[in-house]
Amino acid sequence: MSTIPGDLKYLSSHEWVRLEDDGETVTIGITHHAQDLLGDVVFVEVPEVGVEIVAGEEAGVVESVKAASDIFSPIAGTVIEVNEALEDAPELVNSEPYEDGWFFKIKVSDAEELDSLMSPDAYKELCESEDH
Amino acid sequence: MGSKTVLYDAHQNAGAKIVDFGGWDMPLHYGSQIEEHHIVRKTSGMFDVSHMTVVDIQGAQSRDFLRFLLANDVDKLKDVGKALYSGMLDENGGVIDDLIVYRMPQDYRVVVNCGTREKDLAWMARQAKNFDVALNERPDLAMIAVQGPEAIEKVKAVRSAQAELIAQLSVFQGLEEGGWMYCRTGYTGEDGLEVLVPESEAAAFWQALTDEGVKPCGLGARDTLRLEAGMNLYGSDMDESVTPLQSGMAWTVSFTDDRDFIGKAALVAQKAAGVPNKLVGLVLEARGVLRGHQRVIVDGYADGEITSGTFSPTLAYSVALARVPSETGDTCMVEMRGKQIPVQVVRPPFVRNGQRVYK
Repeated sequence: MSTIPGDLKYLSSHEWVRLEDDGETVTIGITHHAQDLLGDVVFVEVPEVGVEIVAGEEAGVVESVKAASDIFSPIAGTVIEVNEALEDAPELVNSEPYEDGWFFKIKVSDAEELDSLMSPDAYKELCESEDH
Repeated sequence: MGSKTVLYDAHQNAGAKIVDFGGWDMPLHYGSQIEEHHIVRKTSGMFDVSHMTVVDIQGAQSRDFLRFLLANDVDKLKDVGKALYSGMLDENGGVIDDLIVYRMPQDYRVVVNCGTREKDLAWMARQAKNFDVALNERPDLAMIAVQGPEAIEKVKAVRSAQAELIAQLSVFQGLEEGGWMYCRTGYTGEDGLEVLVPESEAAAFWQALTDEGVKPCGLGARDTLRLEAGMNLYGSDMDESVTPLQSGMAWTVSFTDDRDFIGKAALVAQKAAGVPNKLVGLVLEARGVLRGHQRVIVDGYADGEITSGTFSPTLAYSVALARVPSETGDTCMVEMRGKQIPVQVVRPPFVRNGQRVYK
């Protein structure tokens, strides 16, 4: 059964978003369900620090033993940090998708954009419907 | 739901992720495909390959039948138990399937793929009409592949009464005892055994191997292991649309004058006209993963195509098999996600016995 933390927002393309305590930084990764579908992750390509991200556009790639999959940014902003640990340890995406397996952080232009993303309940429903 | 092997419950209990494979519900992995891959390269892992099709070829003309049916020549099998890898071709030289044939004490036994079972059996039955042979499928046999540097010792520990028999097996030889058959063959590039076991005893054997420390491995690891070992996968790397000469299988075709076989004339003609393409290995040491069906670009020649590609856990970069124009040199380009990436062209295998072997 997939883990879906209650304090995150989600995209239908299986990314998660966490608004950090400062109210303007968000962390982005892929969900437990997504890593389960992909299988062992072998490469992660994240955007460069300083890049302006457009909501809904491709911001990186995750490659597993099975397939390559685009990572979409759920929200607009500037990339302020990327998870360099994934370079040597891409398996963190499988083992800790919501913690050490995060992809990148952006400083958002408008935190209210988060309100339009999927709630944990809505995302859970989506995963369940995909399982059948 | 698909067909289930006799070990299906054991897979479920071990936490396998089950997928459809040629109509069979088979384990893809039991947690991590990459860990399972490393286990086989370093110690020992086991695969349920009971979905494969075993057929006994019996009768006075079984030798003549197989010499006509197969591109390789069963007369190479001098000793009892010795095994031969061969393509089974149609009249155009296209590959109907690849298989292993064992010389049994009286007759022969062949093991063919599961996804091709029906067409293989139909083809063999049709060709058998002109020969005094009987084809007996053996669905009563399960098959467990135990692979890795420690594999043979593990099987000997579990089957201690047969340890001597197992110890005397040469590479590519299989011997029967008490309804079981121990074959020193595999699809991983490591030493090991493929054991044919009566279905009623398969679950206990699987459990005994587990108790001995052999780790269950799924089809995911089986695919990355065989690709590192440069072994073809039927349906991906070759099929009826290509000949063995275009599939890295020229070494499996025996062209002696004294023997005709199905597809021989077509292969001779293709050789005379010039074989248009070849199956090669590709290596991408930079980031990214080569995948099946990606376009291969060779300057001045027709496009090629990747037939199987993966991330190689042993090498920690990507390798692939690709069908490319015969003139292809040491490098070419692969179109990946809209970009053209340079790759190295090598002669497979990539990995044998845990070590990089290509140049």
